[in-house]
Parts: sequence; C-alpha cells; structure tokens
Amino acid sequence: MATNTAMKKQTGLTGNSAIAIAMKQINPDVCPAYPITPSTAIIEDFSSYVADGDVDTELITVESEHSAMSACIGAAAAGARVMTATSSQGLALMWEMLYIASGMRLPIVITNVNRALSAPINIHCDHSDSMGARDAGWVQLYSETVQEAYDNLIMAVRIAENEKVLLPVMVCLDGFITSHAIENITLLDKAEVQSFIGEYKPERSLLDIDHPSTFGAMTLQDAYMTFKHQQSEAMTRAKDVVSSVSAEFAKKFGRNYGLIDAYRLEDAEIAIVILNSAAGTTKVVVDELRKQGKKAGMLRLRLFRPLPHKEIADALKNCKAVAVLDRADSMNDFGGPLFNEVRSALYDGETRPKVISRIYGLGGRDYKIKDATDVFDELSAAVKTGKTDTLTKYITL
Amino acid sequence: MENYLEVRWHGRAQQGIVTAAKMLGEACLMAGKFVQAFPEFGPERMGAPVRAYNRVSDEPVRLHSQVQNPRYVLIADPTLISVVPVTEGTPDNAVFIVNTAKTPAEMRTELGIKGGGAKVYTIDASKISLETIGRAMPNTPLLGALTKVTGIIGLTALIENFKENYAKKFAQKVIEGNVAAMNRGASEVKGE
Repeated sequence: MATNTAMKKQTGLTGNSAIAIAMKQINPDVCPAYPITPSTAIIEDFSSYVADGDVDTELITVESEHSAMSACIGAAAAGARVMTATSSQGLALMWEMLYIASGMRLPIVITNVNRALSAPINIHCDHSDSMGARDAGWVQLYSETVQEAYDNLIMAVRIAENEKVLLPVMVCLDGFITSHAIENITLLDKAEVQSFIGEYKPERSLLDIDHPSTFGAMTLQDAYMTFKHQQSEAMTRAKDVVSSVSAEFAKKFGRNYGLIDAYRLEDAEIAIVILNSAAGTTKVVVDELRKQGKKAGMLRLRLFRPLPHKEIADALKNCKAVAVLDRADSMNDFGGPLFNEVRSALYDGETRPKVISRIYGLGGRDYKIKDATDVFDELSAAVKTGKTDTLTKYITL
Repeated sequence: MENYLEVRWHGRAQQGIVTAAKMLGEACLMAGKFVQAFPEFGPERMGAPVRAYNRVSDEPVRLHSQVQNPRYVLIADPTLISVVPVTEGTPDNAVFIVNTAKTPAEMRTELGIKGGGAKVYTIDASKISLETIGRAMPNTPLLGALTKVTGIIGLTALIENFKENYAKKFAQKVIEGNVAAMNRGASEVKGE
C-alpha cells in the first residue's frame, strides 16, 4: 500500500483547503462552526461539502465560538464524532468550554490555525492562542507543513477516540504561513481515511438510553480530584497512543511522524528548539552550518501535550548550548512556555546544556534565515566562552 | 543555499495576484516541481497593496519565510512603484515585468534600475484583460508574459493547467477570455 501511495500524484493545496478535505474524508457527525481569520476557509470549504451532500455532517452555525465549543460538547456527549476549527480570539472565547470538553473526556477534534491574540489586534501568526490553552487538558499536535497538518488531523481522530485516551485533540498549524500557502501534498483516498479512523462507537453516550449515564455531574471534595487524577493519567497514556497511531499511519501510508522531529542532532553541539513552520527554515540553516563544519541541529516538537519530556531530554543530551524559540511570550520575565518546559525536561540529565529563551515572530513577524543564523552564532559563542549573553530576549524585532 | 526560483508579485487587492501566484504554483506542480504559492495580506480592503510569492524547486521547499531576494518581480499596478519598494532585495540579474502601456526603457527609469544585468519587460495587461475578459484583471496577461520571458513554465503547460483546474469554477466564456489573455500576454510582452 505504501508504494501505491508514494506513486500517487501530488496536488497543490493551502493548509486550510487540506484541513477541509481531511474533514470531508473523515465525515464527522456534527460540526458546530463560527469562522474566524485565518481559519475561515476551512469552514467555508467544509460548508460547501455539506451543501453539496459530500458529507453527512450536521453543520451548526452558532453565534460565537463559546457556543461552537458548547455545541461540540453536547453533540460529543450524545455520542457523535465532532469536529470544528478556530483561531486566536475564537479559541480564547472557547476557554471555559475547553476545560469542560476535556474534563468530560469527550474526544472532540479541532483545528487551531495559530494567530496572535489582541491587543493590539492582529490577524497573523503566533502561538499565543494555543499556548493559552496548554493546560486545558487537550492533546496538542503541531504541524510543520500542509501535508503534516492534513495527516495530523486524520491521526487526531484515532488518538482522541482511543479508549485509553478519550481526550479532545487540537491540531495546530501556522496562520497564513501554512493556512494560506499552497504546497505540494499527497492526499489519501476517502476509503483509506475511513478505514484508518474506523467507526466511532462510544462506550457511553447520552443517547444510549439502554445504558443511561450521567455526564458533567457535580462532584465535591470526595470525587473531583479522582476525576482529575484519571484525566491526568489519560494524558500520560496519550503519549504512547500518539506513537502507535503514528506508527500505524506510517506503515499504511508511508509518511513517518515521531513525537519529536530531531534533525541532525546525533552529534550536534548547538541546537534550536522550535514549533511548526519555522522548523523548515531552521533546517535550511542547519544544513548550511553543517557545510561550514558547525555542529548544528534542530528539534521540533510535533507533540506538545502531553509533553514528550523524556524524548526531548534524550535528543538534546549531548548539546552544549540550546536556544528554545517561542512564538508566544508568557509575560513572566522568564522566557516563553516552550522554553520553560524544555529547560525543565533537561534538568535531570547528567550533562545539561546552556539553555536560552528567544521570543520570535509575534503577530506574523517574519522569521528569516538570518534570524536562525544569528541565534546559532550566539550559541556557538556560548559554547566557546561557557557563558550566555542573556537568558531571555526578543529577536526578529 | 537551497536552489529555488523565487517570484514576487505586487498588486492591489482585487487585481488577482494571489490567484496568479496560485495558478503559477499549480502549473509548476503539474510539471513535476515542488512549489509554494502564498500571499502577504496587509489590511484587508479593496485597493490595498498586496504581495504574493512563489518558490519553485526540484526539491521539497522547506523555507517558510517570506521571499527576500526574488529574481522575478511582477508588478500588476504601476502606481505602486512610488508607494511600495518593488525593487527591494532583487539581485543584479532580476527580471521585472510591469503592467503598463509605457516602454521598458521608460519603466527602467521609473523603477530606478541602474545595472545592465537586470531586465525590464512591459505588457499592457489592463488593456488586454479589458478586451479579452471584459474587465481590468491584469493577472492572466502577466502570467502569459512570464512564460515568454522566463523559463519557469511554458505557455502551453500554463494554459492546460488553468483549463483543468478552473473549468468547474468559471463559465466557459471566462475560461476562453483568460486563455486569450494569456496568449496575448505572451505575444505582446515587450523587452528592451
């Protein structure tokens, strides 16, 4: 089957179109939607599929993202396979409902096209939106390319619905940079997608009247913490499920994704850790530096929730200096969210690299070859002197 | 560094340059290339300056920054020249294709291009589109001109891909008008 897929003709699609096609092939039962830039085209395309009868989905046009997530929760509790898409303020408005979706263990899948949060108002890419939801109990997958965003969404269904997980999953891709860029992509057939995701049969649902069950009940001091403990353990188990679903996807379709993407790190002394599309630009720079004999590497996290902390520590253990680049600021005087978690993951290692935080690309500010090169230069200097300039700093200013 | 052909399109919103970049990308992809085609939106309103970019390569395109040093620059609206830095970052052997009734020599002066390595071409794309499509939509004549003066993609491949991809979207009359616009763009583009 892998050979067959590799021989398939490629097509050119934007990230948004590819996500909409994945949703068409998944054919969810319910899609509550309130479109927002830059994810608008996902719902625009998908609503055409609904209107044309290409899917059986009930599209619910709601009056806000808070209502969109509320409708997702209701439909998922009723036993439906549920998907939607949003960005930025839309995800922010879903905030309280995000916790209810995960706490009720509902395997909702959403695409978040990453966009900056107001104020000042801005429609372009950064990761403030999904980073703001990082403790909401959702599995988070990040995507470097259009192809990966499409593949991640298909895998997300399996991850969310796995009986060991039963958690909502958020697939993230960069606003405009990926959502609006046409790139080469190989699509699967609808039948391949359907056979991969299988039929969704929830063990319990509100509409299963032969087995009545309660969802979202009040819990007090005697029970709330037990629920949270179970939720936490489900998140721990999600890591292995992401691995096994990705391995099965690779076996069936020939495209291989790990929890992390370790690029030329085996013997690297200096490395950049980064998410999403900027990883591609960083890889180009790594190759250039390698030609000059500099031992540079890159680590991209595909999975951020749960955090693959052991894999991160293992991938970076031989580095002497590492820069973690965040496209979001925690506004804490102590670096971005990715920085803090990666640095913490390295704490128990026998040898610890110097780790610095660099904030880049907020509100769509371009991250260029020169920006990555400058960071690597700074890391080389840190290796030489044993000292870092500043722990946290804004770049691409 | 990676071996890419890079293109930058300058236009105003509603002049179709995002679609032009898309059509160029799709045609190159059909010809077996790895491509990117992406817009750079500013304020989303009619008439606002917009840029779009292409990268075309024999290898997968990993770079996700904006195009900094495009060899090929297409300008759909010459009134942008005094407003937007259209020559910024271009190499000595850059190729400019401008939608204007003026001559390439006149445009060279307006663009302020000194070196002899850069080439300037002009095409009255607005006039062609009025006559073929019935409204000012300079994108397809510019694409036709691009096939003539660069080796990025051939005219036949461009037209075939356009017919295949857009047959469902547009009426037959619109398809024919745009094909005529591409053909005229290729035959009427003027060099120095």
